Amino acid sequence: MTSHAFKGQCASSGFAAGIVTDLPGADAARAQRLVAALDPDAEAEALRQALARATAELQVLAATADGEAADMLGFQVAMLEDDALAEPAFVAIAGGTAAVEAWTATMDAEIAGYEASEDEYFRARASDLGDMKARVFDALTGTAATALPRGTILLADDITPSRFLSADWQGGAILLRKGSATSHVAMLARARGVPMIVGLEANDIGGRRVLVDARQGMVLVDPSEDEAACFESRRGDSAAREVSAALFLNKPAITSDGHRITTLVNIADPDELDSLNPAHCDGIGLVRTELLFEGNALPSEDEQAAIYARMVRWADGRPVTFRTLDAGGDKPIPGLTPDGESNPFLGVRGVRLTLARKDVFLPQLRAMARAAALGPVEVMIPMVSLPSELEAARALLVEACAALASEGIVHRMPALGMMVEVPAAALTLELFDAAFLSIGSNDLTQYVMAAGRDIAAVADLADPAHEAVLRLIGMVADHGARAGIKVSLCGDAGGDARLIPLLLARGLRILSMSPRLLASAKQVIAAADLGRT
Amino acid sequence: MRTGSALLTNAVGLHARPSVKLTQLAKSFAGTVEFSLSPDGPWTDAKSPVKVMRVRAGKGETLHVRTDGPDADAALEAVIGLIRRQFDEH
Repeated sequence: MTSHAFKGQCASSGFAAGIVTDLPGADAARAQRLVAALDPDAEAEALRQALARATAELQVLAATADGEAADMLGFQVAMLEDDALAEPAFVAIAGGTAAVEAWTATMDAEIAGYEASEDEYFRARASDLGDMKARVFDALTGTAATALPRGTILLADDITPSRFLSADWQGGAILLRKGSATSHVAMLARARGVPMIVGLEANDIGGRRVLVDARQGMVLVDPSEDEAACFESRRGDSAAREVSAALFLNKPAITSDGHRITTLVNIADPDELDSLNPAHCDGIGLVRTELLFEGNALPSEDEQAAIYARMVRWADGRPVTFRTLDAGGDKPIPGLTPDGESNPFLGVRGVRLTLARKDVFLPQLRAMARAAALGPVEVMIPMVSLPSELEAARALLVEACAALASEGIVHRMPALGMMVEVPAAALTLELFDAAFLSIGSNDLTQYVMAAGRDIAAVADLADPAHEAVLRLIGMVADHGARAGIKVSLCGDAGGDARLIPLLLARGLRILSMSPRLLASAKQVIAAADLGRT
Repeated sequence: MRTGSALLTNAVGLHARPSVKLTQLAKSFAGTVEFSLSPDGPWTDAKSPVKVMRVRAGKGETLHVRTDGPDADAALEAVIGLIRRQFDEH
């Protein structure tokens, strides 16, 4: 037997091996149920029972869910319990329509109303309605009775979040012909470590043996013994690395000679928080706000305040450092950053841009001050070269807080600090009145080494491990220790296993990194000995 | 019959979570609780999440509330309070 490979896109990485379960499409289930269609009274009773069953299933799921998942399930329960939802379906059934058709048509009409909304929040709820439609449909056709056994490797067009939540995927995988890596299910799969591939053009592999390497988006059907051995070896290597690192994830980062290192996370998208346990870190060391500004319109103060508040609530008393808009350089934003600069990394970016655009800066500072009322919040200014830039930003923050006070809006003045990424600032820190400092190692390296981050030919030069960069980092750490100012590092180096020992040796004790690097970083820290470095 | 109004100021309008909160609160009162985007109606049953969501009331709209029954005063005060508190979302 020869093997056959299918390729899709990775939505959640991981490995799985086993037999594929092909979930029957809705059409086949509908056909079976239509054959069984009886008189209107029996059809109405069947729909009533299906609604009750779907509601009961969701209540069980909601009881053990938390955060966004609990809100989503609670909303679905409330909607299904409302007689108004299925009312048109019962009218159609009384007129002779089969229950499956009546339910499908009713929900399609309801969903169309949501999809037609001009408001994106309401449009986004169409997927919840689709989820409810599928769950009741499954209850009606008996599809749901075939509960997926633990460790199923499922092949389907797409699956709903509630169906995802109702199965135990330990050892299994999700293979979708459609689906999207940015869907709610993909987010849940990543949060729970379930391998998931989307856009997989695979048919007729139900019941066949497969090897799934989701990181590569690869599904190998009917593998040979050699292929299986190779797969197991790759899976073993990956698992060994992850297992040994995972042991460190839920513990504080402590060096082998007993020094506690503060490990913070860098966050760009608020949705990232849903899959993160705040107890695994010491706070958020960097909130990148650029992503919020990439839509068609600039985010309003209220929109920003809601997102910032969500992050502060997530951190649950741990500090959250918001960086004000750092557009420009490698992060252009159409309509905001200047076009045609010959060297954007040396142009109008970071605080240089926001000071020129008070219409953008002030609402952001107001939103951050509002979030500060909910917990420990710091505001960090990027790309500061001169003390006057930090003072101009402070004047605007004071102005923002004064305006909030006069409007009677709840707020608090956050601590104001700065990124250290321009050598001019790094060399003259005693001139700055900053409450805290955070080293942006990516930009600091490229400015010190005169080697662009985005130019492959000088990649060897653009390395923070060079003595000039490390010496400057050491100077910043020493300044912080002398002046009693907190110093952290929030560039890529902060989560890099190769660089962490070098950073600790130069005196850094606070590192902020991508959340997925927390476990391996804590493992590296545990092996470090500060006494010997 | 009691009536009142409040401006919808939370970021997402009468969206899923606020709708569920509104209907749960409305259902805790014996009398009728209805709302509308205009003082003249049409009036929507604030105890039905399906109907509340169909209104798709966005941020910046004024919600007119009318209550009736033995606990009409308390219901009106509670619902207006919930809207003014931005559905406790912040």
